[in-house]
Amino acid sequence: MTLPPPIAVRNLTMAYGSRVIQRDLTFTVRRGEIFIVMGGSGCGKSTLLRHLIGLQAPADGVILRDGQDFWALSDAARDRIKRNSGILYQTGALWSSMTLAENIALPLQQFTRLQPREIRDLCSFKLALVGLAGCEHFYPSEISGGMRKRAALARALALDPEILFFDEPSAGLDPISSRRLDDLIIELRESLSATVVVVTHELASIFAIGTDAIFLDSESKTIIAQGSPKDLLNPAAPPLVRQFLTRGGSAPE
Amino acid sequence: MPHALPAIKPGAATAKLDYDNASQAGVLHLSGDWRRKSRRPEPGAPALPQAMSSLRFDCADLTGWDSTLLIYLHDLRRDCHSRGLAVAWDTLPAGAGRLLRLASESPATPTSSTPTWSWLSKLGRHSIKTWDGAVEVLGFVGELVLACIKLCFGRARMRWSDMALEMVKAGPQALAIVSLIGFLIGLILAFIGAIPLKWFGAEIYIASLIGIGILRLMGAVMTGVVMAGRTGAAYAAELGSMQVNEEIDALKSMGVPPMEFLVLPRFLALTAMLPLLGLFGNLVGILGGMVVGLYYLDLTYTQFSQQLMETTRLADLFVGLFTCWVFGMLIAICGCLRGIQCGRSSEAVGQATTSAVVSSIICMVIATAAITVVTVALKI
Repeated sequence: MTLPPPIAVRNLTMAYGSRVIQRDLTFTVRRGEIFIVMGGSGCGKSTLLRHLIGLQAPADGVILRDGQDFWALSDAARDRIKRNSGILYQTGALWSSMTLAENIALPLQQFTRLQPREIRDLCSFKLALVGLAGCEHFYPSEISGGMRKRAALARALALDPEILFFDEPSAGLDPISSRRLDDLIIELRESLSATVVVVTHELASIFAIGTDAIFLDSESKTIIAQGSPKDLLNPAAPPLVRQFLTRGGSAPE
Repeated sequence: MPHALPAIKPGAATAKLDYDNASQAGVLHLSGDWRRKSRRPEPGAPALPQAMSSLRFDCADLTGWDSTLLIYLHDLRRDCHSRGLAVAWDTLPAGAGRLLRLASESPATPTSSTPTWSWLSKLGRHSIKTWDGAVEVLGFVGELVLACIKLCFGRARMRWSDMALEMVKAGPQALAIVSLIGFLIGLILAFIGAIPLKWFGAEIYIASLIGIGILRLMGAVMTGVVMAGRTGAAYAAELGSMQVNEEIDALKSMGVPPMEFLVLPRFLALTAMLPLLGLFGNLVGILGGMVVGLYYLDLTYTQFSQQLMETTRLADLFVGLFTCWVFGMLIAICGCLRGIQCGRSSEAVGQATTSAVVSSIICMVIATAAITVVTVALKI
């Protein structure tokens, strides 16, 4: 028996009230993939992410998580699926009144029956994994933006999720830090055999890590291209997408 | 000689070390389900024999793993590393080996150790902090005065539209809550007064009691307390969140002093609105008292109003309004000061808000006491 894909979206329409953001989105994220959601600013990338992680209900259409209709499930079942996904928010969203170790420990304390010593070890291990060994006792306000992002990644990894969501992982990072984060994402995906969904418009990241991608267009309000980022560079791809991926280099003929 | 680890129930995750004395090689047999939900060996790396020179893993019976296996091995790795033991990490499941390597590549940042202080140094540090706090308050008030002076010369960077907005928020929008509290306070005061007055058959004096009590003190105090909880807290939370979001830094870096741009309009708005709110509160409070006088003590409207006019003086009203004005300044200063001093976390905003309300109420009580003593001494 093959496992159902971790995420499948069918004819999704997203809207705030009567203002439609995107309509008729249909795509599948296959297991073990690094799936990129790209598009210009304000095209609804982050809104799509909010739909996928269960913060916002679709106006129309279906989101299947592990083959189940995500929004038709009971709250308890939906929570179970949510717990199986790790999310890295754009600005980290670490709880500012807790130390890094406490930030990572919170989901472990809430949702597992691990002993305090194991939780402590796990926190240290996850921090070491993202290159922050020994930073357990720092508060989010005491560390740099890049470190905060990595700490947030450690928190996202706390429950060993099978699927990871990243909202603009390299926003606000210098090229070297953002490259390191990309490497880390690839490494984690391979080691944990996790599925990764990344919302980004960072070209370097798109080509470095993406195995599949969709391009959201704010004009036509739907997906205008789909495929691996390298394939989207070929001449058959819509001019807008090629323009985006070459920083406006090849103007539409 | 096999080193057996503590006995573990069958079906659970196990780690068993086989050690061969001749070749000094160890094999760690990992088997079962090494995941959070299953039973696992006690945390902590297994004790390795002293003479052991190499270690490899046997994962043939390992059915599943997650981070719990990794933390178990992470400790082991540290042990092995410190002893210079040759470990065949590639005999682990591929992902686990890579993650362990990744985790140990991370350079250990020196942990910030919080030093322990003796009681004497704690006392000293606390005193210094209190002193610094007092200096900060003085500095804040001084800056505020300077800002006011600048305003008089028309050189303060304050937008009048901001002040108008703050006046609406601190004035008309507070009318509902001030009238509710004012009416009820008047009612309660009158009921309490009515009991002893009835004993003496002096029901008519309820009008004097309410008049003097509300005008001189209660009107101001209840308006002040309501506004401290409502507007003072809002100022602290607003400025505190701006501090967290670096909005105040943005103003400073642009050369716009937050004192003039943020604090001054709030300060002026609240000092202007509080006496007006107090006046309104007085009116509603007396109305509340009158309801009790008319319907509980069976006085007539004429009796009540005549007694009220005869026994209260305009000075009572002015003392009350003056108190309100002072309260307005105190609430605005406490609220804005705590907001500006706020730290950079969401918890700090909560602390700033709490501390704004508490300190403004304390300041108001002290101010009331001072005003009462002075007015009594001056026979006002």
